[in-house]
Parts: sequence; C-alpha cells; structure tokens
Amino acid sequence: MAWANQDKCAIVGIGATDYYVRGKSWPRTINDMAAEAIMNACADAGISHKQIDGFSYYSTAGAGYLDKFDTASLMETLGMPHISWSATLTSGGGGCPGAIGLATAGLMNEDCTYSVTLMALQQLPQHRLGVVFGSAAPNPENSFLQPSGLVGPGHLMSVLARRHMHLYGTTQDAFGEVVMATRANTHNRPKAVRKEPLTKEQYDASVMLADPLRRLDFCLETDGAVAVITTTMDRAKDCRHKPAVVHAAAHGGQREWGRAFAWMGMPDPHFASSGHKFTADRVWAQSGLSAKDMDVALIYDHFSPMVLMQLEDYGFCEKGEGNDYVLSGKLRYDPATGKGVNGGIPVNTHGGNLNEAYIIGMTHIVEGVEQVRGTAINQVKDAEFALVSGGPASLPVSSLILRKD
Amino acid sequence: MTYGPARALPGDQIRITTNPDTEPFWQAAKEGKLTACKCGDCGHFRMPPTAVCPECGSRAKEWPALPGTGTVFSYAICNKNPKNGEDYVYVPVVVDLDGAPGARLNANVSGCDAEDVHIGMKVTVDWTPIQDDWVLPNFKKA
Repeated sequence: MAWANQDKCAIVGIGATDYYVRGKSWPRTINDMAAEAIMNACADAGISHKQIDGFSYYSTAGAGYLDKFDTASLMETLGMPHISWSATLTSGGGGCPGAIGLATAGLMNEDCTYSVTLMALQQLPQHRLGVVFGSAAPNPENSFLQPSGLVGPGHLMSVLARRHMHLYGTTQDAFGEVVMATRANTHNRPKAVRKEPLTKEQYDASVMLADPLRRLDFCLETDGAVAVITTTMDRAKDCRHKPAVVHAAAHGGQREWGRAFAWMGMPDPHFASSGHKFTADRVWAQSGLSAKDMDVALIYDHFSPMVLMQLEDYGFCEKGEGNDYVLSGKLRYDPATGKGVNGGIPVNTHGGNLNEAYIIGMTHIVEGVEQVRGTAINQVKDAEFALVSGGPASLPVSSLILRKD
Repeated sequence: MTYGPARALPGDQIRITTNPDTEPFWQAAKEGKLTACKCGDCGHFRMPPTAVCPECGSRAKEWPALPGTGTVFSYAICNKNPKNGEDYVYVPVVVDLDGAPGARLNANVSGCDAEDVHIGMKVTVDWTPIQDDWVLPNFKKA
C-alpha cells in the first residue's frame, strides 16, 4: 500500500561547506561549518535561516563522532526565534536518508514548517572515526569484540566481505571496480577530494589494511558540513528550485542484523549482506517501485564491498550475484549518453564517500536532490527517481526515494 | 599475500569490563572453562550474554561447559597492532562455538600462518591472560 505521506514533502534547499582532507578544516570550528551549511541551504531554498523551526538529525545528533549537535546552541548561534521540532534518529550514519523521513514526520504532524537535516564533521586527530571504536573505553558489550583487535570500521567490514567471498565467489576485482567506477565521476567535480582516474594497477597496488580490503576500499576521511531543508509541498512550490519530492522513506531493520558488525552474530545470509533488505522492501512497498525503476542510485559507500551487498539487498541484482553485476560495468555512468552502461543504473554519480567526500552520507542526499532537479554535474538524462541509502551500520539503516516534481 | 605466523594480540594491552549479565562468562574463563549464555527455560544460546532470552523472554540463565572447540565462520587478516601501530600480524576470527548453536565469539587465532586461516577451519580454545587478572578465550588451529 502506498505510503500515506508519499509526495507530501520535498527537499528544497541543499548547502555545504568546502570539503577538507581530515583535520584540515581547523581553525574553523564545527559550529562555524554547520552554520555555513545551514545558511547555504536556506539561500538555495530562498528562505531565511530564521524560518527554520525544525531539526531532524540522525546519528543520535552526532556531529562527527565525538561532538554533538545541540538545538539550543544552534538557535543561539543562528538566532532562530523558535523551534517546534527537535528530533533524531538513533545509532550512526545509517540513519542519514532516514532523517528526511523523520523531517516528514515533523512536517506532516504540523510541528514545524521548515526542517533542517545536518551533519558536520571535523576529524581532529582524537576524533578520527577510524580510531574511535578502538579507543572507546571497554564496556560489557564491546568487551566481546574489542579484544579481537577488530577496532576500526574497516576491520569489521572486512570480516563481512570475507564471508561474502566465501559464500558467493565474490572477488576483490569487484571491490576495485566499485572504486574505479565511482572515481570516474569526480574528474569534473571541483570540490571532490580524489579526482584523478584510478587504474586497476593502482588499485591492486593499494596497501592491504584489513585483508581482503585495501586502503582504496576505505572511504575518505574528510571534514566539512552539509545541510538540507525539507518542507511541505505547498511551501516547496514557493522555493527557488524545483522540489525534490520525498516519495518514500524508511529507517529500521531486522533483528538478524541488529548491532551487525559490532556483534558479528548475524546468521547467514544476513551476515554477508548490507542489512538493508528490510528498509529496501519497505520503500519498495511504500512506492510500488523496484530497483529497475530507479534512474540513479546514491549508495552509502564507506567501504566498497558494502556497495555490492546493497545492490543485492535492494534488488539491482540477485543475492550472491553482486560480483558479476559490478564487473559487468553496470555501476558506471556514461557521460556521452547521460545513462548507465550495459543496462545498469548509475551508482554514485557524485563519486561518493570513496572519492568525493565523506560527510557521513549527506553528500548522497545532495546528489539525489540535484539529479531529480536536473542540475547534477553528472546528470542522468531524464532522471525521475533517485534512491539514497544510509548504512550499513548498526540499526537503524535507512532508505529514501526522491522523485522529480 | 604472505603474512607469516598469526599471533594473538598481547594480553597485557587488553582490558575488559563486565556487568552482572556477562560476568559469569568471564568468571568461567578464569577457571579455564569455555561457556556461553544459555536460556534456562528454552535452551536457546545467545552471545554476548544479555538480560533476557530473545526467543522466549525468560530471565533464567545457564552457563554450561562447552567442549572448547569451534569453527571459523569468517575472519580478517590485520598487520598492525591497533594499540601502537607497530607491525604485528593477527587474525581476528568469528568463531561458531561447538555445543552452543547460534553463539559466536570474536577472538584471535594462532598456531598457523595467517594466510592459512580459512572459513571452516577447526579451532580449539587458547587462554590469554589479560589485564586485571581476567582471562580471554582466543583460539589456536585444532
């Protein structure tokens, strides 16, 4: 059954700072970057930032991994006169596109009129995500994981990738193709951190950090902030750009995934998956659409194998067939035609977390908005539907379908 | 890739904490007994130990002595000591525990070269003393 709130709200403003290599954003403060992103998003929408009356966060309102957003502080900083919606999805980056669903909840409940969803990330040496898990104080739960030396996200993801290779014959060549196919989309993007084309030889020479994963299978570590404004469709008509309509949005997941790689108890076939099957099925049920109806897919890519596993969970290919799907070039975007290659659907036309910047998923939402507006740098011809995903991570993970107005 | 011998991470760098739900597991380990949390009513195993059985909702727990053997379910090969960044080959393994269906432990494996570790490999428990007089179950190739 179609979602009751289908096409009732839209993303109307997108804003970002520059993207910085990890730690290089200093001496900017994290609130300075957050404020710039919010004001840029409001300018893009054609509203004043003082009209913002809702905050819909994810990652438990985290700003990066050690800092936290606080609505009162942001009001104090930006001078918003009143706030009538302040809410967050829990857990981590998996909730990123789900936060647009959260915004929809606030808007449809008439709690707020313009909601901002925000991430700012500043990875000073003590804030690096790559070390946050390992340096976390032991607690009764992580005492069953930390002592194994699975301390960084890449360590954790490599164990899932290994199981996928074992069950389905998946190859490291496919992981490399994920990186190369999406790198090919950044040469013309001024803000992208990695713009040089990547050859297979360069990929194969990349140092092995957590076998079977190489450094280039890991996403970038970047600083920066991104904000997006969601409002109701009636208000969206008065904004500067064509609305990016919220067609479907879901967050959550199933018990078999749970804490996922913070647990490692997932039974097959969930272990070697992205944990997205549940929210994928929800957005398909909400919309009556399926993977083949998407024109572009903005797939959360903190680690290359997790793109392959999401393509399976969303049904771009069958479970276990991700290797062949990826290696047949179906992730690639063909600039000559503005379409996919070999019958595929272009993935991460912005370069993704692996190549453009890693702002914990927000850049995927921005690209989804630009694609359905028709203003993307690597525009997919006649793009009507864009899928945006968040996670794999501990639940909730999330999914979003944006539609052209 | 050739890595050479897989070693467990040094126990003197490892610290754990416990709570009343998990402490019986660690107390058993101190006595050289590998256990897992088993529901006292329906018999379902769960790890890490949690307050309530997710199958039947019972709070009753049992801590049976397991054979101390298991099978590698998945693994990674790592080459830097995460505490200090020094070169150090270790292999984190996710192990299915014999005698406790559905229960897994995350540990290190030793007793073979890292590149010889494989999914399905049989392992046996290998106790590593860690900080605060606790003992950690690691594994060696059976």
